Amino acid sequence: MEALIKTQKIKESKVGIAEWQVLSAPARLITLGLGSCVGIAIYDRTFRIGGLAHIMLADSTQFNDKNNRAKFADLAIPDMFNEMVRKGAKRHKMVAKIAGGAQMFSSTDRHLSVLNIGQRNVEMVKNTLKNLNIPIINEDTGGNYGRTLIFDLETGEVHIRVMGRGIKTI
Amino acid sequence: MEEWDMLNNLHIDALREIGNIGAGNAATSLANLLNKRIDMTVPWAGVLPLKEITTLVGKEEEPVACIEFSVSGSIMSKILFLLDESSCYLLIDLLLGRPQGTTKSLDKMGISVLKEVGNVVTGSFLSAFAGFCQMSLKPTVPAFAFDMLGAVLSSAFIEGGYFSDKALVVENGFFGEEIKIKGHFFLIPENEALEKIFNSLGLSLV
Repeated sequence: MEALIKTQKIKESKVGIAEWQVLSAPARLITLGLGSCVGIAIYDRTFRIGGLAHIMLADSTQFNDKNNRAKFADLAIPDMFNEMVRKGAKRHKMVAKIAGGAQMFSSTDRHLSVLNIGQRNVEMVKNTLKNLNIPIINEDTGGNYGRTLIFDLETGEVHIRVMGRGIKTI
Repeated sequence: MEEWDMLNNLHIDALREIGNIGAGNAATSLANLLNKRIDMTVPWAGVLPLKEITTLVGKEEEPVACIEFSVSGSIMSKILFLLDESSCYLLIDLLLGRPQGTTKSLDKMGISVLKEVGNVVTGSFLSAFAGFCQMSLKPTVPAFAFDMLGAVLSSAFIEGGYFSDKALVVENGFFGEEIKIKGHFFLIPENEALEKIFNSLGLSLV
């Protein structure tokens, strides 16, 4: 909380749904209202370069329309990784933190559907990061509530804001 | 190419008219339920990215309740009924006959009250829509979420099996004159629904 107040003057950049962005410290990357979507924060702690992606769907191979690559976990994460490398980040220095992948809606007949999109998104994010050899050092996923993710590139900390539950840091 | 790439002004007007007729009926039924006057805004129809659909309602982190229905029958579509936080509590108080200001958080009882409001509003919207287009339309059991607007709206689409990042929406706003109620009603026709809607009105898509 203190860290949040102290760094309030630095550059803040918003990452929208189905978008990603790479910045260097000092800056904060923010994505608002993750539901079944997943936020992926990748950080190179030595060069303090960070990327934040807000993906909607797991697997692009299931869809014909891939115009927006940032929408899919399996495309957005490698694209963002490449951009981080282009900006000078090193693969072996990178770590990831992820949040989101909730199931927001409850319904008496929704359990009939086997598809829990949030869970599938989280699984694909984990597989994709594994293939890139980027370890996940912390996560806040699942549940039935929305999350706002604030990624501080100064420290690599990820703050998660949840309605009615305040802020926690992962 | 999506069906909506072929829409012209006449089509948009027809969709707005559906919004008008449907929401008019829905506002009347909500007013009867509450015994208060309820007005609606001029309907909006068009294709929007998900992000901008959020902007139509409010800020991404604003708490809202969303009651979601799938519609089956002559056409497939989705319906979302959104209420801001204070409207939720006020509706619960009014419908449970409690003094205004009693409800300050959502419990099971409150959720079922809101789902019931959703049922009434959606049912009357659909019956007017079905009558206008001479179709038969049935809503499913409602799904419910209460959380940040951004999380709720995006998940309403993807958890409901709608995977495009754009949608054709027919939007109506509701508001109270004597009481502070603010709600939004969205009709989201799914694939192949548009052509059937227009054909039923004697229009064609191409």
